[in-house]
Amino acid sequence: MQQAAARESAAPRAVHLDDLTIAFRLADRSTFTAVRDASLSVADGEFVAIVGPTGCGKSTLLNAAAGLLTPAAGTVEIFGQPLAGLNRTAGYLFQADALFPWKTSLENVAIGLEVAGTPKAEARAEAARWLSRVGLGTFGDRYPHMLSGGQRKRIGLAQVLIRHPKILLMDEPFGPLDAQTRQIMGNLLLELWSADRKGVMFVTHDLEEAIALADRVVIMSAGPAARIIGDWTIPLARPREVAEIKLDKAFHDLHREIWAVLRDEVMKGYAQTGGLG
Amino acid sequence: MSRLTLLALQILVAVVVIGLWQLLTSVPIFGTVLLPPFFFSRPADVGARIVKWFADGSIWIHLWITLTESVLAFVIGSLGGALVGFWFARKPLIAAVFDPYVKMINALPRVVLAPIFALWLGLGIWSKVALGITLVFFVVFFNVYQGVKEVSPTVLANARMLGMSERQLMRHVYWPSALSWMFSSLHTSVGFAVVGAVVGEYLGSAAGLGYLIQQAEGVFDVAGVFAGMTVLAAFVIVIDVLVSVVERRLLVWRPVAHDARG
Repeated sequence: MQQAAARESAAPRAVHLDDLTIAFRLADRSTFTAVRDASLSVADGEFVAIVGPTGCGKSTLLNAAAGLLTPAAGTVEIFGQPLAGLNRTAGYLFQADALFPWKTSLENVAIGLEVAGTPKAEARAEAARWLSRVGLGTFGDRYPHMLSGGQRKRIGLAQVLIRHPKILLMDEPFGPLDAQTRQIMGNLLLELWSADRKGVMFVTHDLEEAIALADRVVIMSAGPAARIIGDWTIPLARPREVAEIKLDKAFHDLHREIWAVLRDEVMKGYAQTGGLG
Repeated sequence: MSRLTLLALQILVAVVVIGLWQLLTSVPIFGTVLLPPFFFSRPADVGARIVKWFADGSIWIHLWITLTESVLAFVIGSLGGALVGFWFARKPLIAAVFDPYVKMINALPRVVLAPIFALWLGLGIWSKVALGITLVFFVVFFNVYQGVKEVSPTVLANARMLGMSERQLMRHVYWPSALSWMFSSLHTSVGFAVVGAVVGEYLGSAAGLGYLIQQAEGVFDVAGVFAGMTVLAAFVIVIDVLVSVVERRLLVWRPVAHDARG
């Protein structure tokens, strides 16, 4: 934990969440506190994974950093500036399908540039380059429904990265994919990220995925009123190969250490949701 | 079942029905003709009537009038329904204020409006167009309203995070979503446009397929009634096929062809 703190002060802070509390008004007019007093900093160029049991408010934290929801208390700072409204410097990769079903792959990728005023031809050419970068160069005229889940995630990644966001927010992006596709996507993500390092907040419930990808792993407690209860630096060398690094001894040691903390929270979360979540 | 067998069976149904009809109206069984031709006509007579209409060209003016009325009702009703649906969906307050009136007018059987339209707009095509509009408008209105309301929240959040302004959201998210709902009801709204035209003609006009049927009925010309109905059915099927072609062109991005008939 000390190591992590030392690292934070070295680089400028891309995201700084300070004593964040996020509450929702429920249908019966009571309030539900999803996250309480959470503080988290992500340095520029740092890959932070946030892990917690199902329903602990990980995505809520991400949405606060994106400006999609306003915290009840606490502050969100983006590169030292308090966030007001949407976070325009961030790219967000959603868990659910977020592509525009009525646009082709190429149009989906190009749209972020087009709405920012880039001439259409130029935006399309750049989109074509991004499509080949994510390995779908020949799929430009396909509509989302004609693609597999993994292919749609690649398009989504290109759609977000083409705008060169300074911060990347990812909400269990590979959650719905099968195990092999997840590994391939993990490697693709690391490859693209290391070519142009940005601050990343990567939410997942999969501890192995978190350790394999991230510089730092943050653990959240079971909700409601979830807190951050652990913060580990992952000193594994880069570049990493997601499948192979899981065979590494250092990986196992870290996994055992973090899982010891996470396990209790997972059991708590499981008990609360009655095992349904 | 192969397509050929299916087609053969489908034709067989028509042959049996028409054959029975011809048989029962012309050959006495136990001394009586079961279906007196005065009330039921005969397929041969109906066919002869249709051939005569097309041969002397008298049918074209009626087809043209009904087509014009249907197209006008469809275009005006769709435009109005789309605009108002879009507007209501984006302004919940306006939608809430008008909600009971929209429900009230939609609950009204539109046929009762036909005499009023005839009174206001005369016996020409516009009273039929108006009747068609009242039918088409609500189909399109409800679909567009739904389409704008039911945009996926994730797609919307994604669009915002990609930097879209309110105007760009309209163009790239709400409008395509609304259009897809509108097109999925295309068969229904085109069908309603034709219904409006024909019912309007039937209730009072000087031309059109509805007029043709009504005139034949007035002089107990049953062959004329059946011939009119046959031409009308063929007319609707041709329009339906055209709509399917348009639909396939416009909704290429859709996973499956939705059939939102009825």
